[in-house]
Amino acid sequence: MPDTVTHALTLTGRGIRLSRRNVDAVITALALPVMLMLIFVYFFGGAIDTGTAYVTYVVPGVLLLCAGFGSSTTAVRVSEDMKEGIVDRFRSMDVGATPILAAHVAASTARNLLSTALVLGVAFLIGFRPSASAAGWLAALGVLLAFVLAVSWLSAAVGLLARTPEAASGFTFLMMFLPYPSSAFVPIDTMPSWLHGFADHQPVTPVIESLRGLLLDQPVGTAPALALAWCAGILAVAAGLSGALFRVRTR
Amino acid sequence: MTRHPAIEATGLRKTYDDVPVLDGIDLRVEPGTVHALLGPNGAGKTTTVRILATLTRADAGTARVAGYDVVTERARVRRALSLTGQFAAVDAMQTGEENLRMMARLTGLSRTAAARRADELLERFGLGDARSRLAGTYSGGMRRRLDLAAGLVGDPEVVFLDEPTTGLDPRSRRELWQVVAEVAARGATILLTTQYLEEADRLADRIGVLNAGRLVAEGTADELKTRVAGHRLDLVLADRAAYRRLAPHAVHEAPETLTLGIPTDGTAAHVRALLDELDPARTDITRFTLHSATLDDVFLALTAKEPAHA
Repeated sequence: MPDTVTHALTLTGRGIRLSRRNVDAVITALALPVMLMLIFVYFFGGAIDTGTAYVTYVVPGVLLLCAGFGSSTTAVRVSEDMKEGIVDRFRSMDVGATPILAAHVAASTARNLLSTALVLGVAFLIGFRPSASAAGWLAALGVLLAFVLAVSWLSAAVGLLARTPEAASGFTFLMMFLPYPSSAFVPIDTMPSWLHGFADHQPVTPVIESLRGLLLDQPVGTAPALALAWCAGILAVAAGLSGALFRVRTR
Repeated sequence: MTRHPAIEATGLRKTYDDVPVLDGIDLRVEPGTVHALLGPNGAGKTTTVRILATLTRADAGTARVAGYDVVTERARVRRALSLTGQFAAVDAMQTGEENLRMMARLTGLSRTAAARRADELLERFGLGDARSRLAGTYSGGMRRRLDLAAGLVGDPEVVFLDEPTTGLDPRSRRELWQVVAEVAARGATILLTTQYLEEADRLADRIGVLNAGRLVAEGTADELKTRVAGHRLDLVLADRAAYRRLAPHAVHEAPETLTLGIPTDGTAAHVRALLDELDPARTDITRFTLHSATLDDVFLALTAKEPAHA
């Protein structure tokens, strides 16, 4: 359907313009991950022994934290749209749920590409020296992209579920904290044993293991396959769920 | 081409959480005319518009817009209509020009055609100077004009305006009226909802009066005026007995001050006749005042046959 594509592209342009002009959100989305990285590397890093330079260990974790947080702001955007009259106008112009939500996800992806580049730039400045080949870089970015897409769609579903943008912003907190009980910042075997079950099997862990392994050119085993499977699963559920939620919200 | 009504609805019903909002609405709007749905908050105006604009489904009844069924031919209906709602449906963080270009692209215009259409509408709606400013910085009236312009990018056959001037100051309201009249003059069919008698009077060829989910009157402004008294005579009664005796004639009751409001055309002859008829002994009515009828009086007069509390 060429209409759907035009609609999605037009609305993606809108999403990027709106993102760019939301200065507070841009600053938060860019500054927060960088601040966290500096805090981890310089405040906590000296006390954490991961067997490598801590900056090398933690950068993939910060990239993921940044992507998770950045993607989860999609919930707020979607929720704002649903609250205003603009979605009714789009619907009355026969613009479907898919292009509306896909445009939010695409704008979120664009935002995340930017913040990922910035975090990587700062990481290089403070001594992050990955040893990945070009293929490793591509694979790592691919996994990160899959994660951004999955969390953004899930976030769009949350935005449809939340009654207010304030409620929707609660999801960003979940995504801010989910990386902590994983191998993002410290190795899981240093955590209490009751946390291992969750930390080993939650979706963030295979994503982070893939990123780290691919960027540092270490063996990754099944982590990338597991990460992509998680992302595909989340994506499928989120897309189905958001379609249904959109119909309910606009009844 | 066969001429079909621009809007045709039969027996529309809608219930939200067991509360009936529309209780059997029939509507017929001829092409190229302006039709107003006049009613207080909660009368069902917005629900009617949302059903006709395919955003909400009726529980019962059928509706056709531009000749197409709003349920089974939804996509075709959507291509023929535009909706401007009570809440400005433009992005505050995009400029006027960006908003219009985006809407034009969504109706399927090419990039250059969309830019041209946006230029044209910005000029036509007096927003040329404000085109590069964020819509969030616009005044209420400018925002509403932008919103209306956004609805017109696709050159719709049928234009729905849901309370287009609610919340505007008198001057902006007048400016918007001019714009609406101009849109109508170009041949679009307009269905507008309003709480303001004056607005319906100024803009509409025909007016439907909606109350509690029903159309209680329908006709031209002049037809309705002959059915609705233009003034209200407020009578202060001497005692409770007189109050109770005359209450059935009233469209407005204030028992604490023993005051009753009776519709009248405001002429001396009618007021004199009313006083004589209601109080032949000239003992029950102690004082009176005369007001221009408010919209409330109009509704009460129109629904007087079935008073809510007998």
